[in-house]
Amino acid sequence: MSERTLEQMLEDWEPVIGLEVHVQLATQSKIFSPSAVAFGAPPNSLTDPIVLGLPGALPVFNRAALELALRLGIATGSQIRARSRFARKHYFYPDLPKGYQISQYDEPLCENGHLDLIVGGAVKRVRLQRIHLEEDAGKSTHVGAVSHVDLNRAGVPLAEVVSAPELTSAEEAAEFMRALHRLVRWLEISEADMEKGQLRCDANVSVRMRGEDRLGTRTELKNINSFRFVQHAVEHEIARQIRIVESGGRVVRETRLWDAARGQSASMRTKEEADDYRYFPDPDLPPVVVDGPLMTGILRGMPELPAARFERYQREHAIPADEARTLISERALADYFDAALAAHPRQQSGKMLASWILTELLGKLNADGKDIAESPLPPPLLSALVALIEDGTISGKIAKEIFEESYRTGEAPIAIVDRRGVRQISDEKELSAIVDRVVAGNPKQVESYLGGKDTVFGFFVGQVMKETSGRANPALTAELLRKRLGR
Amino acid sequence: MTTAAALGSVADTVRRIADGEVTAAALVEPAIERIASGDGELGAFLAFDPTGARAAAAAVDRQRAAGVPLPPLAGVLVTLKDNLVTAGLPTTAGSKILAGWIPPYDATVVERLRAAGAIILGKVNCDEFGMGSSTERSAFKLTRNPWDPARVPGGSSGGSAAAVAAGMCIGSLGTDTGGSIRQPAAFCGVVGVKPTYGRVSRHGVIAFASSLDQVGPLARTVADAAAILQVIAGHDPRDGTSINAPVPAYAAALAAGVAGLKIGLPREYFEVELEPGVREALDRTIAALRDRGAAMTPVSLPHTELALPAYYLIAPAEASSNLSRYDGIRYGVRADAQDLLDVYRRTRGAGFGPEVKRRIMLGTYALRSGYYDAYYKKAQQVRTLIKRDFDAAFAQVDVLLTPTTPTAAFPFGAKSTPLEMYAADVFTLSCNLAGLPGLSVPCGLTAEGLPVGAQLLGKPLDEATLLRAGAAIEAAVGLGDRRPGGARGPGGASP
Repeated sequence: MSERTLEQMLEDWEPVIGLEVHVQLATQSKIFSPSAVAFGAPPNSLTDPIVLGLPGALPVFNRAALELALRLGIATGSQIRARSRFARKHYFYPDLPKGYQISQYDEPLCENGHLDLIVGGAVKRVRLQRIHLEEDAGKSTHVGAVSHVDLNRAGVPLAEVVSAPELTSAEEAAEFMRALHRLVRWLEISEADMEKGQLRCDANVSVRMRGEDRLGTRTELKNINSFRFVQHAVEHEIARQIRIVESGGRVVRETRLWDAARGQSASMRTKEEADDYRYFPDPDLPPVVVDGPLMTGILRGMPELPAARFERYQREHAIPADEARTLISERALADYFDAALAAHPRQQSGKMLASWILTELLGKLNADGKDIAESPLPPPLLSALVALIEDGTISGKIAKEIFEESYRTGEAPIAIVDRRGVRQISDEKELSAIVDRVVAGNPKQVESYLGGKDTVFGFFVGQVMKETSGRANPALTAELLRKRLGR
Repeated sequence: MTTAAALGSVADTVRRIADGEVTAAALVEPAIERIASGDGELGAFLAFDPTGARAAAAAVDRQRAAGVPLPPLAGVLVTLKDNLVTAGLPTTAGSKILAGWIPPYDATVVERLRAAGAIILGKVNCDEFGMGSSTERSAFKLTRNPWDPARVPGGSSGGSAAAVAAGMCIGSLGTDTGGSIRQPAAFCGVVGVKPTYGRVSRHGVIAFASSLDQVGPLARTVADAAAILQVIAGHDPRDGTSINAPVPAYAAALAAGVAGLKIGLPREYFEVELEPGVREALDRTIAALRDRGAAMTPVSLPHTELALPAYYLIAPAEASSNLSRYDGIRYGVRADAQDLLDVYRRTRGAGFGPEVKRRIMLGTYALRSGYYDAYYKKAQQVRTLIKRDFDAAFAQVDVLLTPTTPTAAFPFGAKSTPLEMYAADVFTLSCNLAGLPGLSVPCGLTAEGLPVGAQLLGKPLDEATLLRAGAAIEAAVGLGDRRPGGARGPGGASP
């Protein structure tokens, strides 16, 4: 019984998961002070009286953080408060210099948004309860009996994204993180590098019997800092809770710390030990006002979102869903594709462009260890190459050679074609003469073909190609050969 | 007791230096001597800075020598309440928990004073973190009232008021959260201005209650207070609550008189039991203003009695939060301890005085989860009612006149319970709750020879009208050249 797999347990039990994700906003300076935001600077070098919580220091809101958070709010279809407020959240800890964290409480910037996940080929819309702004705390390191505090991270702007408890598996939780990661990078509001702590996740997990409406007692998992860990930690917690309730126990409302190295979690504090944060509106900071002109400016700068492009690629360019999903996996890739489309005269070429980008170009970039933003072949050149194939100027086979050279040298494909003299022969008269010559010069093969040996047809095509150094239009060659051989 | 000596006005000082009549260095030396010899008894100074003062004086004299136009407070001797942060000069806010802390930066008001050529003589005493009305709650020393050394100077800016009254400086900056500039100004017979919330930057002001705190000048005359206010007022991008509005030329308003001015007398402030000497001084003030053409109108501020309880929820709540940073981790005093919790307990246990602890407890209680609505939020709603009272009054009148305090300065130890002490601020709290400007100006002496203050309350950002009416009161019923200890100022005949 205790050896049941998670999969078996999940036949009876339904997990309910909500995520609280902290997204570090990519501002130049901190959210309430002029200190720079940077990763890997010497400890405590990015501080000032405000970060240090010196007596008399006052926070001044960095509106750049507001603009980044608003992009996320708009992209998630959130309701944006015209006046939101900062609140103080109190607790004592050495890496929290003021004894309180400036956050938002009952008047957050964004509410009631959503994030679309692609789960098993279908789109799942997960509601977001809120997105609010807050400052990060510093970082404590404990070495034996000594603790070190680095306040470089203190005051770094964060957007906290809180999902509704609507995720029902560890896979969905991981997918939520991936979708959010993609979105914030797409919006250029965060680097979202999980290894640098720029995207951090806490998960609220509970389980209930399938068919039950009420939520079970939840635990909060902290310190989940990779996509893989999200899945592992949540899976582990689901299994832990099911085992407890199946053996007649009760899940305790508590905060648990995920230990990725050991692949297990440990209790950090129970609800009874939880702090009373004594929230109240921060009197040092006026309400955050979002007015029409600000919203108009942000809306003007909003890129087309991944979900919209995913649909457009399928609808307008007949691109298969899996290719469309790959194209939107990264903003730079989708932008490359759109730029190539824009440079190309014909709408219906999207499908061919997509396949050249996803197979040839990505393959080459991959081999060279480059990403799409570093592509030596700019979108208009790829577009031009595809156009040469479509209008019959070169064959697909030649195109691959031209692609290689253009990728290497950056020379325009048409120039390479002309220099190499590899224009495809699509002229019927010219090609007919060659076909005649090949048929006339190989009577034995003609006899064999007419006697029913189909494979010999390839021989004739090969001969024509040989005669033309591969420049013969393959389709036309086949057509002319069939006509000439009468079969 | 120190006798007030020949410190001129702001305008005199600047003019005399500009004319080459006197150097700043020559002004600063006797001031240094006076403090060195007299402050032992007065107890105003927490950090005396003769070196810094001499350097500032030399800088002014160099400017004069170079023919550079002199800044507006060139050579003006000032002191600063010790809750204003000063680069390189110890700053404690009157608390042991900050003993020995030397700030790495200047408050905006300090920067502005320095840039204006003021000479900072040092930091002066106050109730710990501004929490008190007598300066008896300073962790370091008692400050005496120059008019009667057995009495308190008021508080929390008691050091500022005493230093100005004793003639140790021309002006001082104090802070006012519930009356902490106006009440000691009244007790010490000097002028004190609490500007509109947001008029003066709070950057570098050690916070007591952030939504109430405001910096302002204390000086011997309204004109001197106006000159200092002129320098410190105005927008500061380093304070998110700073108001971005032009600052009028205050000096221009001073001579306008009160003819035609509509002055309201809030009924609730006069129905309270007042010390006879205070009532008489106010009556004389009202009569004098009427004689000079002011229209005196009774008005009502019906929610006045709620100000004290609302204040004592909001101020401690904010204080409990603001004082969380004093944890012994990064600066100030850290107690020897076994573990982290012990660091907090011992540091804060030993570092804070009883009044501060009382307010932290009160504020922590008021902000508890589940109690916020009943206490802090309710108090904020009361605050709105109080603001509306003032809005309604200011629809009828230009300015309000009240006593600053119900009594003149009281003896040390007279307020034995916290509630008695809190009641000393009953007339000054509403102004902070409503964010309005207030001014206290001397309006005579009691039979015992103690100063009485008249309080003027104005519309938001209308400090100019307060100064104008204050100058009229000063001219009509002010102390003239009467000084503590029976001495007379430079304009009068010394006994």
